[in-house]
Amino acid sequence: MIPAPFDYVRATSAEHILELMAQHGDEAKLLAGGHSLLPMMKVRLASPTVLIDIASVPELSYVKVDGDDLVIGATTSHATVANSDLIQADAPLLSYAAAQIGDPQIRHRGTIGGSLAHSDPAADLPMTLVALDGTFELLGPSGTRSVKAEDFFIGYFETALEHDEIISAVRVPRRPGVGWGYEKFTRRANDWAIVGIATVAGRVAMANMGSIPARPVATEQALAGGQGIAEAAALAADGIEPAGDMHATTAYRQHLARVLTRRALETAASRNQA
Amino acid sequence: MSILGTRVVRNEDPELLTKGGTYTDDLIDERLDGAAHLIFVRSPVAHARILSIDTSEALKLPGVVAVYTAADVDLPIINPPMPMFNQDMTQTPLASDKVRYVGEPVAIVVCDDPYIREDAAELVEVEYDILPAVIGMPNAAKDEVLLWESVGTNTVVDFGTPDDLDPNLFDDCEVVVSHLIQNQRIHPAPMESRSGAASWPEGERLTAWIPSQGAQGAKAALAAQLGIDAAEVHVLTPDVGGAFGARFGADVEMVLTAWVAGKLHRPMRWSETRYENLLAMTHGRAQEQRVTIGGSRDGNMKKYRLEVLADCGAYPKIGGILPSLTRLMTPGTYVFDKAESIAKAVVTNTTPIGAYRGAGRPEATAAIERAVDIFAAEIGMDPADVRRKNLVPKFTEPHLTAFGALYDSGDYETALNKALEAANYEDLRKEQQLRRERGDAKQLGIGMSSYVEITGAGSESGDPNENATVEVHPDGTVTILTGTSPHGQGHATAWAMMASDTLGIGIDKITVIHGDTDLIPKGGGTGGSRSLQQGGMAVQKASIELVDIARTRAAELLEANEADLQFNIDDSGFSVAGVPSSTVTLAKLAEKERLFINAVFAAPGATFPFGAHLAVVEVDVETGKATLERIFCVDDAGVVMNPLLFDGQRHGGIAQGAAQAFLEEFIYDEDGNPLTASFADYPFLSATEVPSFDLVSMVTPTTYNPMGVKGVGEAGTIGATPAVQNAVVDAVSHLGVRHIDMPTSPRVVWEAIEAARSNSNSNGKVA
Repeated sequence: MIPAPFDYVRATSAEHILELMAQHGDEAKLLAGGHSLLPMMKVRLASPTVLIDIASVPELSYVKVDGDDLVIGATTSHATVANSDLIQADAPLLSYAAAQIGDPQIRHRGTIGGSLAHSDPAADLPMTLVALDGTFELLGPSGTRSVKAEDFFIGYFETALEHDEIISAVRVPRRPGVGWGYEKFTRRANDWAIVGIATVAGRVAMANMGSIPARPVATEQALAGGQGIAEAAALAADGIEPAGDMHATTAYRQHLARVLTRRALETAASRNQA
Repeated sequence: MSILGTRVVRNEDPELLTKGGTYTDDLIDERLDGAAHLIFVRSPVAHARILSIDTSEALKLPGVVAVYTAADVDLPIINPPMPMFNQDMTQTPLASDKVRYVGEPVAIVVCDDPYIREDAAELVEVEYDILPAVIGMPNAAKDEVLLWESVGTNTVVDFGTPDDLDPNLFDDCEVVVSHLIQNQRIHPAPMESRSGAASWPEGERLTAWIPSQGAQGAKAALAAQLGIDAAEVHVLTPDVGGAFGARFGADVEMVLTAWVAGKLHRPMRWSETRYENLLAMTHGRAQEQRVTIGGSRDGNMKKYRLEVLADCGAYPKIGGILPSLTRLMTPGTYVFDKAESIAKAVVTNTTPIGAYRGAGRPEATAAIERAVDIFAAEIGMDPADVRRKNLVPKFTEPHLTAFGALYDSGDYETALNKALEAANYEDLRKEQQLRRERGDAKQLGIGMSSYVEITGAGSESGDPNENATVEVHPDGTVTILTGTSPHGQGHATAWAMMASDTLGIGIDKITVIHGDTDLIPKGGGTGGSRSLQQGGMAVQKASIELVDIARTRAAELLEANEADLQFNIDDSGFSVAGVPSSTVTLAKLAEKERLFINAVFAAPGATFPFGAHLAVVEVDVETGKATLERIFCVDDAGVVMNPLLFDGQRHGGIAQGAAQAFLEEFIYDEDGNPLTASFADYPFLSATEVPSFDLVSMVTPTTYNPMGVKGVGEAGTIGATPAVQNAVVDAVSHLGVRHIDMPTSPRVVWEAIEAARSNSNSNGKVA
């Protein structure tokens, strides 16, 4: 439980992060909350030789309104996202999802950008940002580019980030009063989801139903076509073949996806004030 | 008023809750100054021949002091611990020719700096010739792949054979039902992982710090495994963060820590990671059981058969003997015309099995309590009615079972009725019926268990007795030396209460010392809920005898007849009848001459606490997820000496029992790779997953000790486990489900529902 030796540098600005990344190359890893990286280092599944600590870069931690969007800085903690009045009002699904992550200690250290860049398909935030139709701002040497959440996740722990880029901000549409639903199926309170569902405004995304947050396209189309929730939810696993593990077989995950999608959609409908 | 029976808060807690305990890894002791740090290179494969070990790269790393392999270790071979075990299944302290489980120690690396331990261990190159792994007890029993080729079998021991079974056992039964039941492998998961420290200067004796359940037993084991005289060993027990049966004796890592300390004449420290703890601390349970029960349609259970296949893991340890305890408790609280049981224990390429909270008894209760429910379902009778019809009637004189267990006292029907009443059983059944009729997603399950178990059966040192030394000092304080070994139970409070009650000295003035083999050469440690009924009774006996000694001395001092002296508990002293000014306190008497005594309390035998649990669960039949809503527990362990400590024992046990029923399982894949080697994957329950417990009081004293106390440490894991499992099955029984193996995790429950549905669809009836 002791990591292999590594060096540590603390970045002081976004620009400094990019400089340090250029200087240390592929051997470096960014350290924000550390709640995914440090456990992997302790069991030596990850052995970076340099850690670039970005947790204290002041310009990356904020929540603000920008026209029709909410913009959240990458190192904003889960606790801040969960408790933000702005997010609770305009994107309550996001604050709720952030409040479901791990336990209080984890939520006070872990960051929104860190969780998204880690791209664990079982995690809360990737599916949530896909459901929210969020956009990520990626900062690199040649400036900032925007990538849609659904284009960002490529595979298990794999994203559209280039080796010299970081997530600098997360942007979500403001939708006050729009109904949303969230179902996280776990064995115990702070486990990862066996299957998770996030839905808002007719979009549905699922956790742990594949290597990236899955979209049940058939369900969304059925809803758009005016079908009822039960009929639409019954299609939630169509074309989706999640892997089995010791907690769930493929068939069980597919079944859970249908049940939980129905429940999430029912909750969303009951909450809708728009 | 006596302090006994009152809710005295634990005097251990202020320190534990503020500065924290002093666990072995926290020790600051000059004998450990300059200590080096050990790490074990462990096998990453379940079954393989060791072809070569290259330590050269590790030795080159600056700060590495030494690297040892089996070729360097000149210690005795470890023989199976029981004479009836196959004695050829021997173990070397470090794996020599073969490794037999993932996590088995293969080499030792000694470092100056603990921070480089894991770097150094990674540099030891071991070449393995992988062999097929033996996983699963039925596979092991086939003897196709052998852990010891030269031994010719994987069977460690047979307790009876199929030839001993009566082929006509069930002939007179109208109804016979049979089921294969898994009592899955679980991990003790104590908060403190294992550690050890040793100092063995040249020409001196060994001092070893071991977090254990009994320093005296650890000392004997250490001496035997080091091949030295026990007089050469001094064992100390620092604070211990949980044990649950898995910390008796001396694990091989502790033996080797001492051995290296002696070889290098340098103090050594060893502390394992959580990952290592999950792999290499002994696991528990791991039985496959075939239960068959027969009787009449009106609910009379006549015959019962229990066939046990038990996993010993890779090396036969105490786990091999546990099926004999399961057999001993075969009929539980019930009357059968005839019951029979056989058991076989085998080795597999998995972590060795040891004792775990209940150690053989929970497995017996789980088997019979599932069997009764399966029988009740078959004849369509309420499981409470079936139980009441077949329970052993109340008895006050010892009751000898056909299996040779001598139950000391019992009233099983009252225990069951109390649980049913507390739960408002009839109302629960009505609520269940309503939910079934409505077709709710969340169905109600009601499960019960009736249990009897064994406590205080004996100790590591053998017979059911224990010693204590009590000394009153001139300053009015008291020291108690005990042969028991608390690791969370609260002996510092409880033993102080025992002495205070007799000596009239406040518990704040009483210090309890345990776990130092110089101060306390004899002791049986703490396990099997023996401590209060033997160790606590020894404290009481010593205290009474101390007052008797003091009386003789007081008579001399006060120039009075002993008969004229009265002991005044409020003053902790004697006065002469009719002469109120003529007094002397125990403390004053201790000024003249040390006032102390050692006493041994010997019990006539084991006691058999009993009880009944009733669990109420909700099962989401759409997802299969079960949650514990209420649990009503009647645990009759005789007289209660401190309700706070008593209930604390029950709380932890209930949570552990429910955890086995719901989620806990240590899983290997078919190659013997552990799949649950972190707390992210090994799912014990947290406070979030359990409700407040409904604890119901019932007291049936034993005559085996003056206070009438029995043990309660295992009540929860014995009573709650089958109650919760039965409740989960009950919640979905209307869908045609008769049995669900533990752990009743969401997937398992959903699959059971699906199987019942498809069975009912295809056959038009349920299986």
